[in-house]
Amino acid sequence: MTAPLVERVYREHRARMLAALVRVLGDFELAEDSLQDACATALRRWPDTVPDDPVAWLLTVARNRALDRLRRAKLVREREPVAEATMTDFEAESSLAEVGDERLSLIFTCCHPALAMEARVALTLQAVVGLTAGQIARAFLVAEATLAQRLVRAKRKIRDARISLDVPADHLLPERLAGVLAVVYLIFTQGYTAEHDDAGLRREAIRLGKLVATLMPDEPEATGLVALLLLHDSRSVTRHTADGDVVLLADQDRARWNRAEIAEGVRLLDRALRHGTPGPYQLQAAIAAQHARATGTADTDWAAIAGLYAELLAVSPSPVVALNHAVAVAMADGPAAGLELVERIEGIERYHLLHATRADLLHRLGRPGEAAAAYRRAHELAANPADRRFLAGRLTALDGS
Amino acid sequence: MRYMLLIYNCDPPGPGEPGFEEALARINAFAEECRRRNAMVAGSKIQDESTATTVQVRDGRALITDGPFVETHEHLGGYYILECDTLDEALELATSCPFAELGAIEVRPLFAVPGVDNTPSAAVAHE
Repeated sequence: MTAPLVERVYREHRARMLAALVRVLGDFELAEDSLQDACATALRRWPDTVPDDPVAWLLTVARNRALDRLRRAKLVREREPVAEATMTDFEAESSLAEVGDERLSLIFTCCHPALAMEARVALTLQAVVGLTAGQIARAFLVAEATLAQRLVRAKRKIRDARISLDVPADHLLPERLAGVLAVVYLIFTQGYTAEHDDAGLRREAIRLGKLVATLMPDEPEATGLVALLLLHDSRSVTRHTADGDVVLLADQDRARWNRAEIAEGVRLLDRALRHGTPGPYQLQAAIAAQHARATGTADTDWAAIAGLYAELLAVSPSPVVALNHAVAVAMADGPAAGLELVERIEGIERYHLLHATRADLLHRLGRPGEAAAAYRRAHELAANPADRRFLAGRLTALDGS
Repeated sequence: MRYMLLIYNCDPPGPGEPGFEEALARINAFAEECRRRNAMVAGSKIQDESTATTVQVRDGRALITDGPFVETHEHLGGYYILECDTLDEALELATSCPFAELGAIEVRPLFAVPGVDNTPSAAVAHE
């Protein structure tokens, strides 16, 4: 009976317990180790008496173990203020409800800009999501020892440089929240590539995004990001063939799109848009929702999509967004209008999709020689084998016609 | 906690050069903001590398050499020591420092090793 109970309490409340301990101890490693100690103690003691509030029990024991560890490390003199604070903070608590939800602080600390991006991602996945170092290493295709080292360094920097364990002040919040959302998005996209199609990682990213959106209900971009992830995820099974070849949006089997995810994504997007402050994630989700609504390219509202890309270009200008805008304009107003925009894009001359898009538009304008040259350039630049196969196929089709 | 702000590759206009008065006003406003937050411990310009001398003692003998210990292209030109509650506060102050617009500021936490006594001499004002 005891082992499953301890395991269940740990699984369900791990992030909240860790967040509370990190907050009072100011030290990730100490918080993790003392929480492990507390669970080990629970495995021994709970057979006799199961506490009324297992979470409060675990936190109290973890606090005591942390103090023991500090004493043993002979750091108690130096750290006395921390230890004192720990005592008073916990003695006042009788239940988890009173401990409060420190998970948001934990997320902001894990995604702190003073940490390297890969460390933010790894730490968030470990501390907030609860993946092991091994699981994270496999998802990000790095050696486990490298990943473990990255985690240790990040945790020690948080302690030694005293990185804030609080939710940032209001005037810093927009930028810091954007940083948190970027980490969530990066975790999702890591599970959304041809080489690493990882539904589990995508699910965790969506769950994490939902946690942030729930904890920050007044931030429409957080909700917008969840909508975007759900809408992307709804198409995941149709994006590649069994061999890993790219299937263009136009050729995807829309019957296989996940309708439940689309419905949830659209519902969340509508909720976010009601705030009247559409940011990059909401706009990208709105574009994805337009595609999700259509039964095929023919009845897609390309003018609406071109308008959304123009808005996106205004709030977060980038040559890649400009390229997508040009594609939508080409669909709405014809290939000549699209090509005119493509020719004006600067800064992504080595991006294979720029040349693939030019090739496609030139082909549609009846300029096969130029189209073939552009496909060849795209093929030269594409790094991903699936992209290369796709472009080679296009070139062959063009030569054959 | 104390943080050291190391100011790199920053060459503000000197006295008599164009823009000096404005630069002086801005840097003093930054220092005033640090004082307002009770953060300012110390700060100074460091004379350039051509004035540096490096000392090493080996087998009881002092080896004194001309120049900085680490030869880099990066020029360390000044520092502040600030008392802040968290790194975030130090980063916020560093962000508001005009030198950050000219060069780069590296923020490093200081660490008092337990038992090591570095009490400043009473008679020496900190430069």
